[in-house]
Amino acid sequence: MTMLDAAIFQGLTWNLVDDARQLVSYPFMVNALEAGTIAAVMAGTTGWFMVLRRQTFAGHPMSMIAFPGAAAASLAGLPIALGYFGFCGLGALALAGIAGSRQSLSGESAAIGSLQALALGLGFLFVSLYHGVLNGLGSLLFGTFLGITHEQVIVLLAVASVAVALMALMARPLLFASIDSDVARAAGVPVGLLGTGFLLTLGLAVAATSQITGALLVFALLVMPAATAHQLTARPFLGIALSVAIALAVTWIGLALAYFSIYPVGFYVTSVAFALYVLVRIARTPALTTAPA
Amino acid sequence: MSSNDTAVRFERATASIGGRTIWSDLSLTAERGEFVAVLGPNGAGKSTLINAILGLQPLSAGTAAVLGLRPGAAKARIGYLPQRHSFDSSIRVRGIDLVRLGLDGARWGFPLPGLPRRAAESKRIDEVLELVGATAYARRPVGELSGGEQQRLLIAQALVRRPEVLLLDEPLDSLDLPNQAAVASLVRTICREEHVAVLLVAHDINPILSYLDRVVYLAAGSAIEGTPEEVISSATLSRLYGAPIEVLRASDGRLVVVGQPEAPFVHGHRHDHA
Repeated sequence: MTMLDAAIFQGLTWNLVDDARQLVSYPFMVNALEAGTIAAVMAGTTGWFMVLRRQTFAGHPMSMIAFPGAAAASLAGLPIALGYFGFCGLGALALAGIAGSRQSLSGESAAIGSLQALALGLGFLFVSLYHGVLNGLGSLLFGTFLGITHEQVIVLLAVASVAVALMALMARPLLFASIDSDVARAAGVPVGLLGTGFLLTLGLAVAATSQITGALLVFALLVMPAATAHQLTARPFLGIALSVAIALAVTWIGLALAYFSIYPVGFYVTSVAFALYVLVRIARTPALTTAPA
Repeated sequence: MSSNDTAVRFERATASIGGRTIWSDLSLTAERGEFVAVLGPNGAGKSTLINAILGLQPLSAGTAAVLGLRPGAAKARIGYLPQRHSFDSSIRVRGIDLVRLGLDGARWGFPLPGLPRRAAESKRIDEVLELVGATAYARRPVGELSGGEQQRLLIAQALVRRPEVLLLDEPLDSLDLPNQAAVASLVRTICREEHVAVLLVAHDINPILSYLDRVVYLAAGSAIEGTPEEVISSATLSRLYGAPIEVLRASDGRLVVVGQPEAPFVHGHRHDHA
């Protein structure tokens, strides 16, 4: 066990206070923790609604779109964040257009699938055009916590403030529209507008989260904490708070483990989130018949 | 009753969709505190009538007034439960949260605990939950509840703003017979206690017959209104359909309408209906 520890976890003293101090003694790590914290708050909030609305498969193509966005931005010599946010915003509008065109469910999933394939193909093209100098194909797809600058953290904070403010503004009517769109529409709730507004906010959250977990592992932060929170409570606003808390815990633990080990952050974030989700599912299964709070 | 109590009044009203007349010459009066059933075969325009009351379906002839105003002008004073399917079992939101959305679901922002308004709202929510008999299961996720329990919560949600008119579009559709009667009984209690005019669209009159005050029967592009005894009779329905219709009373008091075509537009082949 200690042999294995020594190989995988380098520099870990197993004194948690010392280890935590060591974590925040490097500016790059502070930036990573700040960026992760901001992304987790956004992902926890928007993810809770995404799971409620069963729009998990709207979130997925959006994360695929983040990849060509980032690749195109590096190719053009622009800040990568610009690529993430620009492409995710466009993707959200495209998805809202698909959802708004009132196609059959199969037509809708086919359209979303096509969009996703196009996005991946484009991303790969941009990476190839960059002649392989882009050392970050792996990190674009699977995330990295190295090299996050203070400027990136500031941009992230600004975007997240807008996204979280939008979610707070939309919270109650969006909850109504998500649970019962017919009754909500009859009560004067702008159901269509909220749907588009939510997808745009989701796009922001995906773009932000992509920069930590990579395009392919956005789901770890967006879906798993939210799904776990839905399992834990049926109270809407407690559920959102729990979803954020779990996303934060998962991000911090993932970053800390990645710092001390040789394996990438995406792997740890995903594994911790998945382990939590499985634990909660197992714990809840025999309790299904009793009245949950 | 005084005319102040008239909740819904239609006079010689006609509704058309895309040039096709759905019903014409429809007259109807519903007072506050009255339980009115809207009956008729599929495609007779029952939901169109509900839409006309909501102001979503303009009339091509005749007049209509809802709470003394033109339809659509008193939207906030109408409770409406659309025709629906039940909630997906995966929806993990409590019944009481669903009812609260009836009060504040259209309000922007998110609820802050501790506001004085919130305490008053909670009191009203407890009151309607008690009224519909949903207190015992209001804190369970709606997806895990039975169709009858979900329907009671939806009625509570429509009631929570103290509407003066309550429009229920086929609320009994997904329920078994004992539950249909129980919900109909509950609706009559609501009419009396909350002094609200209820218009309930139904497929089958029998489970609700003993609770009704009035009936509007839509068929063959026209409509007849009156007490259940007046309307559900061989003579009245034959006149409405323009074809011989027989209303039989079974030994248990159930009414059976015989010879009624399923839709106003009869197809070339016969359907067998129980």
